[in-house]
Order: sequence, then C-alpha cells, then structure tokens
Amino acid sequence: MDNLNDIVTILASTVRLGTPLILCAIAGLFSERSGVVDMGLEGKMLGGAFLAASVAYLTGSPWLGLLAAIGFSIAISMLHGYACVTLNGDQVVTGVAINIMIAGFGPTFAFSWFNLGGRTPNLSGGQRFKDITLPLADTLKDVPVIGTIYDGLISGHNILVYVAFAVVPLSWWVLYKTRFGLRLRAVGENPSAVDVAGISVRGMRYQALVINGVLCGIAGAYLSTAHGAGFIRDMSAGKGYLALAALIFGKWKPGPTLAACLLFAFADAVQVRIQGVPLPFIGMVPSSFVQMIPYVLTVLVLAGFVGKSVGPKAAGIPYVKER
Amino acid sequence: MTSAPNKPASKAAALPALELRKVNKWFGTNHANRDIDLAVQPGTIHGIIGENGAGKSTIMSIVYGFYSADSGEVLVNGTPVTITSPKDALAAGIGMVHQHFKLVDNFTVLENVILGVEGGMKLAAGMARARAELERLEREYGLEVSPDSVVEDLPVGIQQRVEILKALYRGADTLILDEPTGVLTPQEVDELFRILRQLREQGKTIIIITHKLGEVMALTDRVSVMRRGEMVAHRQTAETSKEELAELMVGRKVLLRVAKGPANPGATVLKIDGLNVIDGQGVRRVKDVSLDVRAGEIVGIAGVSGNGQSELLQALSGIMKPASGQILYKGEDIAGDPAKLNARALRKAGVGHVPEDRQREGLVMSFLAAESAILGYHDLPAYNRGILMDRDAIIAETQRYIEKYDVRPTSPTYKSSNFSGGNQQKLVLAREIENDPDLLLIGQPTRGVDIGAIEFIHSRLIEMRDAGKAILVVSTELDEVMSLSDRIVVMFDGHVVGELPASEADERILGLMMAGIDPKKNQAA
Repeated sequence: MDNLNDIVTILASTVRLGTPLILCAIAGLFSERSGVVDMGLEGKMLGGAFLAASVAYLTGSPWLGLLAAIGFSIAISMLHGYACVTLNGDQVVTGVAINIMIAGFGPTFAFSWFNLGGRTPNLSGGQRFKDITLPLADTLKDVPVIGTIYDGLISGHNILVYVAFAVVPLSWWVLYKTRFGLRLRAVGENPSAVDVAGISVRGMRYQALVINGVLCGIAGAYLSTAHGAGFIRDMSAGKGYLALAALIFGKWKPGPTLAACLLFAFADAVQVRIQGVPLPFIGMVPSSFVQMIPYVLTVLVLAGFVGKSVGPKAAGIPYVKER
Repeated sequence: MTSAPNKPASKAAALPALELRKVNKWFGTNHANRDIDLAVQPGTIHGIIGENGAGKSTIMSIVYGFYSADSGEVLVNGTPVTITSPKDALAAGIGMVHQHFKLVDNFTVLENVILGVEGGMKLAAGMARARAELERLEREYGLEVSPDSVVEDLPVGIQQRVEILKALYRGADTLILDEPTGVLTPQEVDELFRILRQLREQGKTIIIITHKLGEVMALTDRVSVMRRGEMVAHRQTAETSKEELAELMVGRKVLLRVAKGPANPGATVLKIDGLNVIDGQGVRRVKDVSLDVRAGEIVGIAGVSGNGQSELLQALSGIMKPASGQILYKGEDIAGDPAKLNARALRKAGVGHVPEDRQREGLVMSFLAAESAILGYHDLPAYNRGILMDRDAIIAETQRYIEKYDVRPTSPTYKSSNFSGGNQQKLVLAREIENDPDLLLIGQPTRGVDIGAIEFIHSRLIEMRDAGKAILVVSTELDEVMSLSDRIVVMFDGHVVGELPASEADERILGLMMAGIDPKKNQAA
C-alpha cells in the first residue's frame, strides 16, 4: 500500500512536471509541421510566465493573466514569423534571439514594475489556478488501488494540466482528420506542392505560429500561476529545449511526443524524489548529480535510441517561390 | 468514310482551347517572351519545343499563373481570362504537370490528389468523394494508381500519373506537361504516351513542352517552335521533320548525327576483368563486368538508368571502391591499390572524368566559373604561384575554354550556377578534354544539353578519338550511344548482357538487350 502511494505520488508529480513540456512540445509540433523550426519555445514560454504572473498579481485574476500570457506569446510568435516567414530569415538564429531577448525582458520589467530584484511578488489564493478535486474523489479515496489512483493521480490537478492532456488528442484530430491538418503537414514537407494547389504557404505558416503562441502562452501561465506562485528569473530552466527534444524523440507525432514528454517528466520526478535520499549500495549521491538525470537521459535518448528521426522535410527552409 | 472530310472542317471552326496574343514578359533587362502568339486547338496534342532558355517554360508559367505577363492577352475557349495565380488557371480549366513533381512524398496518392480541394473542414467526406472519382478516372483513362499507396514508394512513372490525376480531379480540360519524359524509362515513356493519346480521345487538350524531337514527332498533332524568346514557327507535325524542327530551334542547320569515319583502334588502354562493385547499402551493383577500351575508339555503355552503369563509372574513376576484379590501366592492375585508384591519382595518370551529375560532382555551383574550371587540376604548376593560386592564369585559361567551347555567358568570373545546364557541361568537358587525358570516362555527355551543343560535344569527342584517345561513354540516351560509339556494351541488372559493333546495332536489338535479353544468344540456342 505504501509502495502504491509512493508510485502514485511520483506519477502525479510526473503529470505536473510534464504539463509545460507537453504544451511546448505540441506548440513546436504545429510550428515545425508547417516548416518553421522553433528554437524559441523556451523564450515564448518564459515571456508568457512573466506576463501571466504580473497580470494575475495586478488584477487578482489568473484568467486575465492567462489571456495576457497567450497574447504576449502570440505576439512573439508573430515576430518570429515576420523574421522567418515574411523576411525568409534563419529560423534557428531567430529562435535563439527570441530566447536571449526574453531572458532579459522579464527580469528587467519585473524590476521596474515591482522592484523585487527581477521577480514578481508571490501570488496567493485567488491569484493562482487552484487544484480541482474531481467528483467523487473524496468518496472513493479509500477504495483500494482504484481509489488511490483516482484521487492521487487523476484528480487534484489544476485546470491547465487537464488542458494540456486534452490538447494532445485534439492536435491528433486536427492534424490527421481536418483540411487544416492536411495542409499543415503538406506545407512542412513540400511547400511548393501547397503553393501550386493554390494555398498560401505563408498563410499556413502564420496560422501554425498563432497556435504555437497560444500553447506556449498556456505553458508559461502554468509555470508562474499554476505550478508556481509568481515569476522568477529563468524559471523555465531549459524546459523549452527539453520539449524540443521530446518532439524529435516523438518523431513529430502527437502521441509519441506525449510519451516522450512524460518520460522526461518522469525522470525529473524521480530526480526530485531521490534528492537527499541515500541510495542502496551507493549511499549519498550529491544532489547536482541527481539533478542531471533528466538531461543525461535526454542526451542518451536522442543520441542512442531515436535512430533515424526524420522531421518535416521543409522545416528550417524559408519558402522562396522558384522560377 | 463520308464523315472524314467534315472532321478537319469542324476542328477549324472550333475556338482554340488556349490562345495567346502578343504576350510579353521581361525579367529585368532580359526579354524572356517577345510578342508570343499561340493557338492550341481543342482535342489535340500540341508540342512546344525550343532550346533551354528559349522561353517555353516562361510562357507556360504565365498561362499557369506562376508569373504574370507584362502585356498581351490569354484566351481560353475564345474568352479573355486574367490568370494571376495557379488557382485562376485551374478555374479556367488549365492544369499543369511540372517537370519536378509537386507532390508531398510522405502523403498517400489520395491525400495528394485532394490537397487544396478537400471540399470541407473535415477530411472524411472529401476523401470518400475523391476515392470514387479516382476510380472513375481510372476506368475512363486507364490511369491505374492505388489511392492508398504512399507517393515516395511509387516509381517515377506512377508519380507522374498522380500529377496527371491531380489535374484531372481539379477539372482540367487543358493539360500542360513540362518536359514530362526527362526522368522516365523508355517503357514509362510509352505508357505516358498511351495515356496522353487516350486523354486526347476523350476530348482533352494536351500541351507538351520538350526539347526531344523524337517525342514531338511521335506524339503531337501540331508543334510550335520557340527560339530566344520568340515563337518562330508553327507546323503540322505530319508535314515537318526532325531536321526542319532542329534547324528552326537552333536557327541554323544542325547535324542530328555527327559524321565520323571508321575507328582506328590501337593498344588497349583500359581492361576490366570480373569487376564487382558493392554500394553503401551492401547491394551488388556491378556484377562480374569485363570489357576493354582501346586507344582511338569510343565504347558506349547503354542501359536503362540504374542498371549498374553509374557504379561502374564511379569505380573506374576512383570514387567507389571495387569489391573484387581487375582494372588494368595501360596494363597495370590498379583495382586493389587505393594509392592508384583514386580520383586524384587517376587524373595525374591521364584519366579524365566527366561525371554523370555535373551539378553535384562536376562543378561547385557557388564557385566562379574559373574556379570550377580547374577543379581537380588546381594543383598544376600553371595555376599556382608559390603557395597562392595564380588568379590571372586561371582566368586566362578559363577564358580560353569559354571561347573554344562557345560557353555562354562568356565571363569566367560569373558563378557556376549562373550558367545553364548545357554551358556547365561544356565547362566540365573543356576542363577534362583540354587537360589531354589518354582515357576519358564520360557519363551522360549531353543530359539536359541543347541540340546545337550536342552536335558540338559529339564532334569534340570524335576529334579526340581520332587523335588516338580511348573514350568510355555511359549514356541512357540510345540515340547518343548509337551515334557516338564504335562498340556498344549493354548492361542490365549489373551484368554485361552483350557487346556489339555500332554498325550492327539498332533500336530493336539494343532495346531487347536493355531488357536483359541477348538476341545473339537466343539465335544460337
């Protein structure tokens, strides 16, 4: 029983840690499937986190914070689009530039608005998204196994966690069952085929970037107003890059990408759990080494186990109408 | 019988399916299309021919809405239309099959067909409709394609069929095909022609852009000739000839078959014995090939592309390592000696090589013409001064090549990519021939090269032969192999099927051999 509780705790923590990864990875999926490589996930998410926390603090509503995060993130995506889709700039360089710009942007404004050394004030009570207890969770709590899992793992997360998990099947449906999805997949593979079919390549890429911005904004709001309680400098801590790795590991498909995100999140959850706990046969491991686990896993997975992960053929290449 | 005289009359009365009046197009200072007039009768196959850069693709891109004309009129079935995008062209009933297919490789045939005309937000209904429509098109035109195959798994000929289906599914009445046979095997070409004739029977109008005269003669009803941006002639195909068309295209008399005297073979320069080549995937591409080339003769290797000729050429030029067998160059076996069988050592030893894929292996596209013109010979003392390259000497030498080989544009300091395919090929040929090799290995000497330049290249090769050099030519163009070679070796599935003197070769025999059948052996059996 104790073991089950332990497992459920780690899995619940996996779900919470995985949420921003899933949102970002799916954001990247839309953008890259349209042919725009997105190195800027990290920056878009971080910018969203800052706006969400600031607006939530100033208005007292996490929902307004979420809206602000989404709006800001879309704006950054449009900037990304203007540079790489309209002006045919280099997508990787633009993405990295966004990350560097936002890394400085948040703390600078936080400093001038709140004067707290580059972070927002702590959010409390109604300024954050609250955990939701699903119906019957309390009643079923004591039912062995099923009750424990329902109460401990499925119930008790905030709304954005459920949004993230709903986004995955929704994306699958959009990608494979709708006209928009067909065109999106086509434009990342062979934009000139889309062009001669009378569809605007740029239009498709901008639409994909809007979706990308929405999802990154939600991810950012999750970091600062749901999972955390306020914005802290560099709070995204490389999650945008991890999401990109998960996207590659998941071969640009929603289901496998979800699985990859959860794997990385699980490694993170385990890392948190075993920090400061002596391990059998090994004894105390310095916490820095333990904290490395998710990143080492990422490197190993991408280097060794992915094999040939072939992305959208036209990703990274600006579309220039040929003669 | 009595209806026969009526037929041409009714055709003449019909409005042209497509008509162009005084269409002009400029690219900067380049007048790509000058006062183009064209009338294409409905229900016919109309050929548009011209050399590279004559403006045929430009004029068709205007019709298809890729460019807009600077002046002039386009009429469809007698009605003036404004076409500013591919969408407008489709709405006017004009479909285009591009030279480089516009297909999404990892999509199914069905997905490719409905892209852009999905018929609704959700795919399911449109997919079902398209599936039914494809079945109808398949019945009507004999265009068999399995709708659920993934495009990248299909052979090139079938991929092209998908392009035709795409156009028909969008309701095209007039179909434009840009150089449709460039990537097809002879069998696929026959199949394409069958389909196009069937489309014509069903009342579709076909426009085919090409520079291959044989195809124009075999397929079209009428032909229009372009030269340097102008429409220079319209002919009924039945009333013209290859020779006349070639002359109209080039603007002067052209020899389609270069005259050459009998060969005067001397010592054996290259002798291959039991050569095997295995590629990176572990597939044996060249199987026990033996042949020899003597000084003063041209040996041609014929075969459908992909039957081991490329790998043989790469092994001989030191790019691929042979797995076993002997390569004797001037009597010395170099097959097992990487110090001798590599591109650099071979060049030093007098083996010139014109690779099949000039853009990838022949020159560096982003280099100046002068830099591309010395590749592989860049360490000759003539091009160097101490540790520095002698830029003046290199440019002077390239200028000499350009003049001698009539390369255009004439500037050695243009980027290699700014030259047309034929002129790039002339640069590579000039480089290899002018360094005076004893053995010249040459792959696809005239692929994508204009008719006038073909004549020139062939004469140069025959001159070389008469100067006592050994030449090995690999070509998938049967005409070329027959007109150049003194002896012809046919390869199929990595093997040599047989060898025969050019005087005994005709298309029928070579065609059989290219399919792996040796008629001589059959007679004997």
